[in-house]
Amino acid sequence: MKKGYKNWGPPLLLIAPTIVVLGIFVYGLIGANISVSLSNRNSLVPATEFVGLDNYFALFAEERFIHSLQNLGVFTVFFIGGTMIFGFLWAWMLDKGVTAEGVFRSVFLFPMAISFVASGVVWRWLLNSAEGDRASGLNRVFENLGLDFLQNSWWNEPGWGMAAIALPAIWQLAGYVMALFLSGFRGIPEELREAARMDGATEWKLYRYVIFPQLSPVALSALIIVGHMSLKVFDLIMAITKSIYQTEVPATYLWVALTSNDYAKSATIATILLLFVAVVIVPYLIYTARAEKRQG
Amino acid sequence: MRKPLSMIAGAVALGLVLAGCSSTPSSDPDNADQVEVFTWWASGSEKVGLDALVGVFNEQNPDIEFINASVAGGAGSNAKAALASRLESNDPPDTFQAHAGAELTDYINAGQLQDLSSFYQDNGLTDVFPESLIERITVDGAIYSVPSNIHRANVVWANTQVLEDAGIDPMAAPADIDAWLVDLKKLKDAGVETPLALGTEWTQMQLFENVLIADLGAEGYSGLWTGDTSWDDAGVETAIGHYGELLEYTNSDFAGLDWDAATQIVLDGNAAYNVMGDWAESAFQQAGWTYDNEYTTWATPGTDGVFDFLADSFTLSVGAPHEAAAIDWLTTISSAEGQKAFNLAKGSIPARTDTVAADYPAYQQTAITSFGEDTVVSSLAHGAAASIAWSGDISSAIGKFGADRDAASLLSGLVAAADKAQG
Amino acid sequence: MSVSTGLEKKPGSTATSRTSGMPQQSSIRVRAGLSRTAKYVLLVLFLIIVLMPVYVLIVTSLKPPQDVNPATSWGLPVRWPWEPAFEGGPTGFDNWALAWNALSASIGRTFLLAIPAALIASFLGAMNGFVLARWRFPYADVVFTFILFGMFIPYQAIMTPLVQMKTSLGLPSDVSTLLVVHVIYGLPICTLIFRNYYAGIPHELMEAARMDGSGMLRTFRSIVLPLSLPGFVVTIIWQFTSAWNDFLFALFLSNQNEGPVSLALNNLAQGAQLANYGAAMAGALLASLPTLIVYIVLGKYFIGGLMSGSVKS
Repeated sequence: MKKGYKNWGPPLLLIAPTIVVLGIFVYGLIGANISVSLSNRNSLVPATEFVGLDNYFALFAEERFIHSLQNLGVFTVFFIGGTMIFGFLWAWMLDKGVTAEGVFRSVFLFPMAISFVASGVVWRWLLNSAEGDRASGLNRVFENLGLDFLQNSWWNEPGWGMAAIALPAIWQLAGYVMALFLSGFRGIPEELREAARMDGATEWKLYRYVIFPQLSPVALSALIIVGHMSLKVFDLIMAITKSIYQTEVPATYLWVALTSNDYAKSATIATILLLFVAVVIVPYLIYTARAEKRQG
Repeated sequence: MRKPLSMIAGAVALGLVLAGCSSTPSSDPDNADQVEVFTWWASGSEKVGLDALVGVFNEQNPDIEFINASVAGGAGSNAKAALASRLESNDPPDTFQAHAGAELTDYINAGQLQDLSSFYQDNGLTDVFPESLIERITVDGAIYSVPSNIHRANVVWANTQVLEDAGIDPMAAPADIDAWLVDLKKLKDAGVETPLALGTEWTQMQLFENVLIADLGAEGYSGLWTGDTSWDDAGVETAIGHYGELLEYTNSDFAGLDWDAATQIVLDGNAAYNVMGDWAESAFQQAGWTYDNEYTTWATPGTDGVFDFLADSFTLSVGAPHEAAAIDWLTTISSAEGQKAFNLAKGSIPARTDTVAADYPAYQQTAITSFGEDTVVSSLAHGAAASIAWSGDISSAIGKFGADRDAASLLSGLVAAADKAQG
Repeated sequence: MSVSTGLEKKPGSTATSRTSGMPQQSSIRVRAGLSRTAKYVLLVLFLIIVLMPVYVLIVTSLKPPQDVNPATSWGLPVRWPWEPAFEGGPTGFDNWALAWNALSASIGRTFLLAIPAALIASFLGAMNGFVLARWRFPYADVVFTFILFGMFIPYQAIMTPLVQMKTSLGLPSDVSTLLVVHVIYGLPICTLIFRNYYAGIPHELMEAARMDGSGMLRTFRSIVLPLSLPGFVVTIIWQFTSAWNDFLFALFLSNQNEGPVSLALNNLAQGAQLANYGAAMAGALLASLPTLIVYIVLGKYFIGGLMSGSVKS
């Protein structure tokens, strides 16, 4: 296997189309985008000059952009936290042998099949912030159950409102994280557990020293997949609140800039988003590539 | 594997059958007998209005195929994004919908719109459209769009029952914002928790522009957009103060409500007033209410004699593939027949002054009268007053104020937005 | 180990992994804290919470507009869906009729988009994955990383130049253009899934084929493809769902009359004035039905695919 086939021609030929296509449609277009972000294409009038990083400085000087980053931060923390906690919890409960496991698995997983446009229709309504007589959605449930103190204005709350937007996102993706963890649990050889128990390990120690280390690659993958989705969140916010200041994140701000024909600004936000994603993804890709190499 | 394969085959067949149900035409530049019209009128009364307009168009031009390129959602924002990318790649629709006024600035500066002055001359539109409207839509001596309908944005919709219960005469409009605040307080004291219904960001912007008009007057307000009135004028500060006080009387969940949900609060009797454009009329009609009985309207306090206008209008693109047909479309839109068909369906009023008011329902009759007599100013929330980027900045500053109520920050935000826009 | 989709196949692991649903004797003793009943109560509670939005969708879609109000929003419909709220008024079923009329043609087009997009991208991904898993040509890791990065980019970043490209190539604003786009941007994830999957196929199998003198393509066709079904299930589900549910590409590259169902649904749900919640919710259900059916029918293969191997560490 070390030497592979006689020559590298055929394999390279097979993947060459993919490389060329992605070279154009991913890297070429990213390049085009970056070049717009360095120009003064701030309206429909074609760019006239190269302005360096001016658009970037202008953006970071904006209170509005900083606010959108804060929103994104709150959303990301709750989205990742929620999917990881529920995903792990469900997988952990199902792993231990449950009657009708298939039913639970399918139900927990199915929201993933639904588009944000469709789920936005119902979540927009569930997260309605009216309280008391006019309450509908979740607030109405609390009202009817006599849990009035739980009624709140959801995403309308200044500061932590973005945590409410994370609810539908968690609803949609916790099941996927569950499936990943479940496959992780199922992949731990029974001998390992048995061996640990033979050694008299307590349940906690079993988890601490055997199961968690075995699950950590899955957890990392889940983290990366959910994390990059979080940075790109767009459809969901548009479906629930449309683009308003209170729930603005960079991706929706980008949209506003684009619909105001400020191409340079939207390209700048896009590039910053791309950098965020790259900061998370590239070290991870390099790390995994190295780890793989070590493994031979 | 057999089972999944047959499933896939079945699904493809199903797809073909469903997709075959309707074959829709697409634009072909070589076929002169087509016109591609880009709008965000894809549902509701707007769609009904467009259909009525197309009906008239087909009657007048039976040989021309109408291609509906509508994009729905987000109060036109989806459409604007899609349109921008088409213009960007030199693939313009023949004619597209845009709010009349300053919102066209970007397209004009980029040379994407044809001057329609001679079209106005040829069709005698300069005589039948009110002079103040022509003034508002003329840019450096040129006119770039044809308005299809006029809406008014400075209207208070009032629930008469709620007002009477609080001992307020619903038919007498308060003279100014201060007088209105007195009534609002009276309502609150009488147990109406949220006397003034409010909705999401653009409805807040609309309320704010109403207060600006009230506190600055028509001339002062119009000056904000030309640079004649400074944004650090004392009147703007007063308006911010008034606006902040008004917010104290609104439903706390306003940021999450669309305009119709806000209007619904008035219909449900949980609020007495809603400041809304006159498309709200359809909500009251649908509830079966009659004008001056269960509900009434007046100009927002302090704006009597002012008509805060917004209009949908149609343009002629530079490089339109079917220019002649597009001009036919514009002719239909500007004709008395086309305007009547559209506006009766949509619930707005025609831009033409030769309208027979009696053909329209009660509310529209009042609007038609005001439109003929009042001073016309341009609406901010609906693209008539400021360029897209400028109104976007203002909208964000107002959205922020809705959350933090920081008056100083709103004022500085407004000044900064104006500085940026006016260079 | 590389980015995991949970699909890595590890030789021999299936032998040791436990069959689902079988209680183990050893865990009975250690499950001291959480009694069985408590666990079921919790699971059922979660089940109810997850299904709550679906309940709302279904009951609201069956109510005539006059019956949709905050106070009774969680209640079952107060009348049969074929009965109007008042004489001659609309019924609950009218919501569905309205939604069906608004969506049916676009649902058909979306089938024609999502199925080929899923099949083509999966097949190309299988080929790429096979090559990347089996051949250590120089810089193979770099090439893989180069491909993989494509799945993480925010698509807004490439949208404007993409539209320009589409126009200058004269591509139509219908689902055929979207098909090409979904295949292209689906390549990274499909390549990733298959690469990880093939990394787990025993070397001996392929070595044997090589000894026979089979060429690479023949090895792929006769040895690898038949083993790839679990991989295909996962990529097809993934691709089908993302092509079906996509809104962003649809908005920029297609139009209302020739585009997919997400545009039509958005149109129905976010139409400018006086939204009809019942019809919007009926539409949301209709538009979600195909992907839901895919998950229900193929779901066990999907999780099976995810679980068919362990995750290499």
